[in-house]
Amino acid sequence: MQSDSLDGTARPQDGEGLGVLPEKEPPAPHAPREAILEVRDLVRHFPLTQGVVVKRQVGAVKAVDGVSFDLRRGETLGLVGESGCGKSTVAKLVTSLETPTAGSILYKGEDVTRLSGRALKAVRRNIQMVFQDPYTSLNPRMTVGDIVGEPFDIHPEAAPRGERRRRVQELLDVVGLNPEYVNRYPHQFSGGQRQRIGIARGLALRPEVIVADEPVSALDVSVQAQVVNLMERLQDEFGLSYVFIAHDLSVVRHISDRVGVMYLGKIVEIGTEREIYEHPTHPYTQALLSAVPVPDPSAGERRTRIVLEGDVPSPANPPSGCRFRTRCWRAADRCAQEEPVLQVPAVLRHAEGPAHHPSACHYAEEKERIVPG
Amino acid sequence: MTQTQTQPVPPSPSGPERLLEVRDLHVEFRTREGVAKAVNGVSLDVAEGETLAVLGESGSGKSVTAQAVMGILDTPPGRVTGGRILFEGRDLLALREEERRSVRGARMAMIFQDALSALNPVLSVGYQLGEMFRVHRGSSRKEARERAVELMERVRIPAARTRVDDYPHQFSGGMRQRIMIAMALALEPRLIIADEPTTALDVTVQAQVMELLADLQREFRMGLILITHDLGVVADVADEIVVMYAGRVVESAPVRELYRAPAHPYTKGLLDSIPRLDQKGQQLDAVKGLPPSLLRIPPGCGFHPRCPVARPLCHADEPPLYEVGRGRASACHFWEELLDAE
Repeated sequence: MQSDSLDGTARPQDGEGLGVLPEKEPPAPHAPREAILEVRDLVRHFPLTQGVVVKRQVGAVKAVDGVSFDLRRGETLGLVGESGCGKSTVAKLVTSLETPTAGSILYKGEDVTRLSGRALKAVRRNIQMVFQDPYTSLNPRMTVGDIVGEPFDIHPEAAPRGERRRRVQELLDVVGLNPEYVNRYPHQFSGGQRQRIGIARGLALRPEVIVADEPVSALDVSVQAQVVNLMERLQDEFGLSYVFIAHDLSVVRHISDRVGVMYLGKIVEIGTEREIYEHPTHPYTQALLSAVPVPDPSAGERRTRIVLEGDVPSPANPPSGCRFRTRCWRAADRCAQEEPVLQVPAVLRHAEGPAHHPSACHYAEEKERIVPG
Repeated sequence: MTQTQTQPVPPSPSGPERLLEVRDLHVEFRTREGVAKAVNGVSLDVAEGETLAVLGESGSGKSVTAQAVMGILDTPPGRVTGGRILFEGRDLLALREEERRSVRGARMAMIFQDALSALNPVLSVGYQLGEMFRVHRGSSRKEARERAVELMERVRIPAARTRVDDYPHQFSGGMRQRIMIAMALALEPRLIIADEPTTALDVTVQAQVMELLADLQREFRMGLILITHDLGVVADVADEIVVMYAGRVVESAPVRELYRAPAHPYTKGLLDSIPRLDQKGQQLDAVKGLPPSLLRIPPGCGFHPRCPVARPLCHADEPPLYEVGRGRASACHFWEELLDAE
């Protein structure tokens, strides 16, 4: 059942009337894909200060503390983790909404963090963001037409003035909204429709990369699927690359080609969707996956439940060595002293198959029946 | 619980252990735009020791039903316009407010979604927990504080004695939710209503809190109404499920049967539209369209504009809750086709 349309009317599936949006060649499905974004050792510390008149720094919240990943053209990289793990900060860094404390973000080989002015603006045009909360990320005093068309004000070269209205209407049509709604205000739309408006705005400049920070978390279950389907369709249609950030592991598995698991500012495990979900080797990933409720009452008997103790420690004062050791059931002395590196673990280095992927644990190993089979 | 298969089958609704019986409940909200019919003839039963999940999306009337049972509906604009709520044999709607107040908190208690806004930020958690004993039991301050520490230990808050004077903001989200649970348990009620108790929590913490709730429920043999939109959470803990849509119960069933073979197209649509952790699916089968406005619920079956199997009959006739099996009911004219197709 294809049911993207909100008003229930059938709409063309393929980019009919999209002529104005310049067609880009979608990548051949099996061609080796080059990395469009290379993130290396990204760090973002937020200083903690004390004193009202004379401020002095007393510490730092290490929101992102050495994150590296590649985003390949046309793929979806999922980033999962619990609140406070730094995934949203990564999103802001990648879209240049925040400046990193250290590290680099290479977009097509060019380090974005060193750019400024016109050059930065040009890159930003190609990396757009879709926000979590469709209720607060749209200005209530602007019409939908103004919201979706605002990117053209900032990047006037993207569309001649006279063509903007038509472009906006096309964008609305692409995301499954009635193009006649350009003069309506955000409050006249439901949550799912607002998220479509946010997506239309993100698409306006024909970016190559879209960073979506919890784009479906605020939506009802039945509407969530509509938006996920829409994002998948747009990816195929426009050859987009997604960084898809969410705390819902089921949604991330559904949409992602590769997945990175974050804990306290670091990626602890990264691999293809199958490697992470079917062959996780990091204890945190295993615990996280085992805690996800599955809509199947008989699944409980077919899976191992790992219930972690305690809460995530403060990122202002992370544990020494491995940051997960305070909640880990496998932690040993070595974990407190030596920080594990995100690489294919030595014990699994000669393993063939899906267990062979980077995992930042000294004692990485596969565990059976984490996800009910 | 899936681990405890040996548990006795929940008693039939006519059994002696029946705790709560809601019959044909109607709730309306008078708004400027008109009358919003939030709850339209909801009936449900909860027995001692049983977990009933009320599943629905926003606007389905699940929280309003809970508020009406609890007697904390915002009145006005809300108003119970019909039905009965029998709790331990008494019709709560016929009670005077003072009598109702003695039931609330003592015999039935509620756990809210957002513990940070449900707790008073300027009073210590020990004071707020102790308040239950001071107000309802007339305990002294010292005694109340002692009971507060006990409660905090019972919900596994580490170092309870040193933390009893801390304020809500000094606790993490999971700890705050534990304090909410402790407060609900304080007077050992027979029925607990938990309204999205883990929605605001991270998944590892959610697992801790659900486990705690299930343990305590078993220990005290309380009835539990779990209100949620999360089909996953429900599958693990509920005995019975009622699915609500536009203020009506559209399906009710024992949990396993509902997941195995849904008898209402809305339930089926929900199950098909969620991505599964254990499956890398193809395209999600989304339910088309949007839930209706409660000011204008479609005539006939409220789900028909979104329903893939709707026929002319559905536009005209509101389906009753058909009995579709032992302990199962579905408000779909074509439930037989759905069950046959499985």
